[in-house]
Amino acid sequence: MAYSEKVIDHYNNPRNVGSLDKSDPNVGTGMVGAPECGDVMKLQIKVDPVTGIIEDAKFKTFGCGSAIASSSLATEWLKGKTVSEAEQIKNTEIVSELALPPVKVHCSVLAEDAIKAAINDYKVKSGMVPGSGAKETVHA
Amino acid sequence: MSLKFPIYLDNHATTQCDPRVVEAMLPYFTEHFGNAASRNHPFGWEAEEAVEKARKQIADLIGATAKEIVFTSGATESNNLAIKGVAEMYAERGNHIITAATEHKAVLDTCKHLEKQGVRVTYLPLNGDGLIDLDMLRDAITDKTILVSIMYANNEIGVIQPVAEIGKICKEKGVLFHTDGVQAAGKIPVNVLSDNIDIMSLTAHKMYGPKGVGALYVRRRNPRVQISAQMDGGGHERGMRSGTLNVPGIVGFGEAAALCQKLMPEESVKHRAMRDRLRATLEANLEETYINGSMEHRLPHNLNMSFAYVEGESLLMGINDVAVSSGSACTSATLEPSYVLKALGLGDDLAHTSIRFGIGRFNTDEEVDYVAKKMIDVVTKLRELSPLWEMFKEGIDLSKVEWTAH
Repeated sequence: MAYSEKVIDHYNNPRNVGSLDKSDPNVGTGMVGAPECGDVMKLQIKVDPVTGIIEDAKFKTFGCGSAIASSSLATEWLKGKTVSEAEQIKNTEIVSELALPPVKVHCSVLAEDAIKAAINDYKVKSGMVPGSGAKETVHA
Repeated sequence: MSLKFPIYLDNHATTQCDPRVVEAMLPYFTEHFGNAASRNHPFGWEAEEAVEKARKQIADLIGATAKEIVFTSGATESNNLAIKGVAEMYAERGNHIITAATEHKAVLDTCKHLEKQGVRVTYLPLNGDGLIDLDMLRDAITDKTILVSIMYANNEIGVIQPVAEIGKICKEKGVLFHTDGVQAAGKIPVNVLSDNIDIMSLTAHKMYGPKGVGALYVRRRNPRVQISAQMDGGGHERGMRSGTLNVPGIVGFGEAAALCQKLMPEESVKHRAMRDRLRATLEANLEETYINGSMEHRLPHNLNMSFAYVEGESLLMGINDVAVSSGSACTSATLEPSYVLKALGLGDDLAHTSIRFGIGRFNTDEEVDYVAKKMIDVVTKLRELSPLWEMFKEGIDLSKVEWTAH
């Protein structure tokens, strides 16, 4: 499969790889996918509680090059956005930015899901929305 | 010696044509271009003589006689011809075929096609090592069984089936035994007599010959196997396979078989040593690697390994100057992980992380060492990126996590 230059660049130089402290109240963690499906993304955001701006974002991804690139790109886009701006990121924007072929669209969907899951986790932790309990479930 | 890139380590997919094979073929495109079926002029005689020489070379490789070799366009055709040809010819005797879950698609899909026509097919499961259970085979044979089709060695995991025992059981029960010998012939000793094989599919391009030419061994004595032709035409190849013979291809196939027979003792030892070194280097430098399939009953040049917590396609992307293949879903046309690895009872997660290495005649020790080093670097890098690796390192049991598939 031929990859776009941008996918290759993100694969070779992934941005914002790593983990934030899950127990930090200002950190939201989203983990989506499943090992049996061949892709799992963990995406974390750290939000400034005063301004509501995402000051840091980190990811770790098990998956193909396009999945790695989608999540790497997502962290780039998240940084500096407010939570409500971040909620507007659409998988189709990731598809066009990375020139993903149709068979790789699901990678961008997963990245969007990861963003949503991370934001939701942050909101639950900061009491903005009611949580569903502390059970460690991976959403998809 | 300096390395030449990309490095080819995918010799189960196909092999480079040996220059000696090409050399042997060349005159049959130009000077000796005759049709082997032309009986009344020297052009035809030359072509026929060359075909008969090749037939003998191929027969010698597998302990058969020249008359038992039927030329085809490749192993897919050979498998189709063998299974459909037997099903049609022996339809009055029975309508049951036994095969295994890890067979090549050319066998499985042929069986599925026959199922639609009322043939009953039993797909034997495999044990965790990739071997069939002989008792299960024995129990599956009924008085309606006409054919058992079990491959000699698997194209993904290189596992060698107990072919001689399978053949013996079939002989006792009076059932024909077909084997897809594509990965085994030319690499390990294969003998249709001691292995009790009745029908065997072969192809040139897996043994350093050209693509587009294959053969079917069809036993002539004890028992005399009959096969219904699947293509109508001039009645070539004892009526089993019509069509003008691919003379240059057949000449190349013959030469390739002769070379394999000559070089096998030396090559199998060399390739095994290279394979074992590759495995040892990978295992010494990476934790959480798993061998897929039996190591004991395996082709000397095959290694199939899973690198847990690293997805196969991303791994291939990282070693893009090396040609290998993966059982990951993302690398297959169907977007399904390898059905062979699944049949071993491996979880999909291990299938997604598997890499198949196939060592061949033109690989060097330096190449294998380069591949090992590159694999170690890329797996290490990708594990730093893997949330699963992180969880594993934190001591989380991934099988207990509630994943929600998307």
